Amino acid sequence: MEQQIIAAIIVSATAFFSVFVITPFLIKALEKRNSTVKDYHRKGGAMIARPGGPSLIAGIIISGIVLYSFFPMMEIIAILITTSLAFFVGLVDDKKIMSGWFKPIALAATAIPILVLGVYDSDLSFPLFGEVKIPLLYIAVVVIMISITGNTINSIDVLNGVASGFMVIAATALTISLIILQKYEIAVLSLSLVFVSLAFYKYHKFPSKIFPGDSGALTLGAMYGAIAIVGQVEVIAAVALGPAIINSFLFLSSMKRIVEHREIKAKPITLTEDFMLKATSDKDASVTLVRLILAGGKPLSEKEVGFVIFRLTIFSGVLSIITALMMGISL
Amino acid sequence: MIGSSIFIFIFAMWILIIIGGGIAVLILAPISITDYGEFNLIISSGIKAVISIAMVISWIFILSKVKNWIFRTTLKI
Repeated sequence: MEQQIIAAIIVSATAFFSVFVITPFLIKALEKRNSTVKDYHRKGGAMIARPGGPSLIAGIIISGIVLYSFFPMMEIIAILITTSLAFFVGLVDDKKIMSGWFKPIALAATAIPILVLGVYDSDLSFPLFGEVKIPLLYIAVVVIMISITGNTINSIDVLNGVASGFMVIAATALTISLIILQKYEIAVLSLSLVFVSLAFYKYHKFPSKIFPGDSGALTLGAMYGAIAIVGQVEVIAAVALGPAIINSFLFLSSMKRIVEHREIKAKPITLTEDFMLKATSDKDASVTLVRLILAGGKPLSEKEVGFVIFRLTIFSGVLSIITALMMGISL
Repeated sequence: MIGSSIFIFIFAMWILIIIGGGIAVLILAPISITDYGEFNLIISSGIKAVISIAMVISWIFILSKVKNWIFRTTLKI
């Protein structure tokens, strides 16, 4: 246990400080190369550096190597390869506008290392009722899981600081759940995801200095999904992602198809004169979590909407921890 | 409180996940095919896959109904 605690402290510190130190250099390099996008929600429409994925993947790989030096496990290698592949999928989407189907399919392919290295257990655990053995079907679960977690985090990356702040909360809940279920080595890797996201949040929070882009959001989401599979906490991980899953669910049920946000002309939210966010009444616009938060109420600032999303994520996180505790109870 | 109905929706989703898990364990887990030799695993997995897909579709349908019920006023946007 002592070794796990030492590893947790060193890995967390490595994850946090690598992203904390690398990101300012990345911001400067991106600004120098004019790799910036307009922040439409900001007064004056500031130009913000994008993508922040390279600093996130650097932090994940550095801290992952440190963890591997403590525990040379194939599970760590599989998670790092899957996460790196997801980063490259995102990077392609950052550089070139791809169709709505590109990301789900390409992300599904990033699950291959987990399958090839065989670092999964085909038993799917549920709270109160126990496990169900689904040897062949579980392969589909692995493939779908990475695609879903990657895309849901990407879809919630709509406001300053939301994707990284959301991941800090969700991954913290996942880490606590893994500790409850005594999967300590994977919990340490999950902790590195918490600290990588936390360091990035410092630059991503309102007013953002950098946006994660697809490469950043897919990296965080895919790593989260890979940890869930390898740590055998798929259901718990899905519960912790509640607000992001609702966002994707609302979006898909209103659009009735898989489509990129940029392809939709009708806007779900609009800006007031004093730069507050307000839900539109456009029937053709997608229904999203942000639109739902703003609907029927007074306009809110971007920061206020972000904090509502964080409160919802904390609620989901608590439910996921309760789910982990319920795993030990059998009816 | 802002977004209070969304908290209810998240809670409803959680309850549905737990119930769905129970059904999966009680219905899917006991399925076992024994009379087809080397195809036993493939056939039983196929049956489990069909039931799982049906469950997911039902889950989405129920969640849509719950969504319409909870957000019946706010979704008139």
